Amino acid sequence: MSGLAFLDRERTVAGPGFSRWMVPPAALCIHLCIGQAYAFSVFNLPLTKLIGITHSDASDWKLTDVGWIFTLGIVFLGASAALLGRWVEEGGPRRAMFTAALCFGGGFLVSAAGVYAHSLGIILLGYGVIGGFGLGLGYISPVSTLIKWFPDRPGMATGMAIMGFGGGALIASPLSVWLLAKFSTPTHVGVAESFICLGVVYTCFMLMGAALVRVPAPGWRPAGWTPPAQATRLVTTADVYVYEALRTPQFWLIWWVLCLNVTAGIGVLGQASAMSQEMFPGKVTAVAAAGFVGLMSLFNMGGRFFWASISDLIGRKNTYFCFFVLGTILYSLVPSTGATGSVALFVVCFLIILSMYGGGFATVPAYLKDMFGTRYVGAIHGLLLTAWSVAGVLGPVLVNYIRQYQIDHGVPKAQAYNVTMYIMAGLLVIGFFCNLFVTAVHERHHMDRQVPERAVLAD
Amino acid sequence: MATPAQRTRPIHLILAWGLVGIPFLYGVLQTLKNALKLFQ
Repeated sequence: MSGLAFLDRERTVAGPGFSRWMVPPAALCIHLCIGQAYAFSVFNLPLTKLIGITHSDASDWKLTDVGWIFTLGIVFLGASAALLGRWVEEGGPRRAMFTAALCFGGGFLVSAAGVYAHSLGIILLGYGVIGGFGLGLGYISPVSTLIKWFPDRPGMATGMAIMGFGGGALIASPLSVWLLAKFSTPTHVGVAESFICLGVVYTCFMLMGAALVRVPAPGWRPAGWTPPAQATRLVTTADVYVYEALRTPQFWLIWWVLCLNVTAGIGVLGQASAMSQEMFPGKVTAVAAAGFVGLMSLFNMGGRFFWASISDLIGRKNTYFCFFVLGTILYSLVPSTGATGSVALFVVCFLIILSMYGGGFATVPAYLKDMFGTRYVGAIHGLLLTAWSVAGVLGPVLVNYIRQYQIDHGVPKAQAYNVTMYIMAGLLVIGFFCNLFVTAVHERHHMDRQVPERAVLAD
Repeated sequence: MATPAQRTRPIHLILAWGLVGIPFLYGVLQTLKNALKLFQ
């Protein structure tokens, strides 16, 4: 379609004199918006009072029903990232970012219509399905572009964007609370109006990112940087086709590395407030626990940039070794912090753990680039995000169900998390071995060794 | 095909980073403000 020709990859190639430092803000425009997903829970309670206004009426939705909106959004994030990765890679970042903006912003507008009509189905379609597609497309769209612009510091570049995803919730949470207060009246809950505002603002912001983004010209390289003449033991100079990567043990080992690292972090992230109050009864108040959750969000976000940047210096495999060794020690320490009543040590343990949880997300694109090359790294990253979906179920289930089992069997609440902590430490030990077995991808998987049809298809 | 030569000026970089930096800092400061309650 000629009207949309400005979205073509060819039209986004940077001219001479373009600074690569314009690209991270473009990526952040996308990730700061889609990071809103982590703050969606702000709307959960208001959505259960649309009819009763001050209380939940019999015809209002239950909290468990409303919870499906976020869940569906994350499911479609994983599905779209996995299914559309190749489309994103081959069409270029602008087309993907443009589509992500329309889907994510449009999802809010459809959901607003769902609130007006009091139809949960329309909201699920809006935020869950359409918005979820926007989340997935937006998440992977800038990854390979950043890696191509920063071949000398790929970890730092992708870490910066993925840090934006963590930061998005920090912006969306107070913004949503403010919008709800602005539009709510004694006879009306302002969810629909808040959705419309967020939809319009996020669409504009993401479209600015799409307008800013550029891909480097073929053969471009940073001034003063020369690519390594030969591949090192764990950093390839060849490319692996997206679906060929699925046939390599390295893909599945890294899949487990990500899944186990995320499982260990995501469970405590959701339970941090309750856990801190139950482990230290009388010492940690609800207000203090909310502050603790805020600090955890900051470390989750900061860890994304810190650890991904460190990985450029010490290598990806060593970075994950740090996560697994340090994580195992810290998780094993947590029960003793409860036993000795040391709140400070408990907080320090979890802040470091959460920094490594974020670091795991942010370092993995560069790990994939090292293993599979830059050509399809965004698409392969999309496939790998299914590990996040699995961990999103595993982590909370482990923490919540084991806690309940312990309490049902007479264990005091203050000690109900001990077994879970040791299980988390055990998961990290398994992750350590998965990481240990990651070696270079065999040459037979490289694109230049593949059958000619695939090489043509990939071009 | 490259886009027409467009040299990035410092003002472009300031505007682009400001666009994302200001809301980002707002979010971080809001969270820090809430987190300080942990120490009160």
